[in-house]
Amino acid sequence: MDELRAFAGEPMFGAALTVGAYALALRLHRRWRRLHPLFVATGLMIAFLLLTHIPYEQYRQGGDIITFFLGPTTVALAVLLYKAVLTMRRHLRAVAVGVVCGSAAGLASSALVVWLLGGSRELLLTMLPKSSTSAIAIEIAGGLGGNPQLAGVFTVLTGLIGSMFGPAMLKLLRLRSDTAIGAAVGTAAHGIGTGRLVRESETQAGISGLAMSLTGVVVSMLTVPLNGWM
Amino acid sequence: MRGMAILMLYNLIGIAGNKLLHVPLPGNVIGMMLLAASLLAGWVKLAWLEQSAQYLLKHMMLFFAPTIVGVISYFGDIGAQWLPIVVNLFVSTALVMIVTGWVTGKLAAGSVEEEGDHG
Repeated sequence: MDELRAFAGEPMFGAALTVGAYALALRLHRRWRRLHPLFVATGLMIAFLLLTHIPYEQYRQGGDIITFFLGPTTVALAVLLYKAVLTMRRHLRAVAVGVVCGSAAGLASSALVVWLLGGSRELLLTMLPKSSTSAIAIEIAGGLGGNPQLAGVFTVLTGLIGSMFGPAMLKLLRLRSDTAIGAAVGTAAHGIGTGRLVRESETQAGISGLAMSLTGVVVSMLTVPLNGWM
Repeated sequence: MRGMAILMLYNLIGIAGNKLLHVPLPGNVIGMMLLAASLLAGWVKLAWLEQSAQYLLKHMMLFFAPTIVGVISYFGDIGAQWLPIVVNLFVSTALVMIVTGWVTGKLAAGSVEEEGDHG
């Protein structure tokens, strides 16, 4: 068993496990549309690692290879952004104003919830940037005096939750335009939300990619003044 | 492969912007903005990279999976203050979506009507 655990440090182990779990999750998603592929894939992997006592650090040797592709994939969002700008030019101002209002509401409500429910000051600062992308959140939380790694974790969880429940919630609220859905999901759930929309509507995903990059800038700027008095 | 080469080149330029010029955004976000600008300016043609881009984008969620599995290392930290964490993740995320969706929806509908009014 120890030998098996050491073998899990082979990069191909983590890479094959991730792609395999994702392929299985996509299959289950085709059968039961409500199962979010990313939630199912990561749930399966977490259960597997806990059951086999394989440390995350071992899995990560291969996991990092998969994460590497997030770089060129985020750059590839430029294609959707380009198409969105060409076809939705008159809505760009609406998206920008929406992103600023949404990000401000997110920062204020995040701080308020943690404070009201008795979370620590460090937790408050760590959770503030959770709607921006994880790379940005790690920087902001570190600068404010929060826990950078935990900030990255909250960011991906925020993205997963927004990606799972966002579209259904917006439908309930009768928000049906591609512009409103794309802006809302991109602002709240960054790349993970955008990654879901890509599979459903190219226009929504383009707006979402735009909103997500604007959110990174807006959240960074809105938290700058906090550096002085936190 | 040309498309993949272009995407990686812009990613690299973005990383250089972050690490060497200290632009306060992640390299891949800088790369995305520069590539979108290059497409709009006509320096890069959509056809050169559309296939590669669509393939990667279709599976974008896969590339987040290992980071989410990393939550496993923080179960202790999350458990210690689970109530504010869980409530915040759901309430604040929902609020961001409602505010953004509502404001954008209202303004976008307004801009369509305006255009209609002016013919």
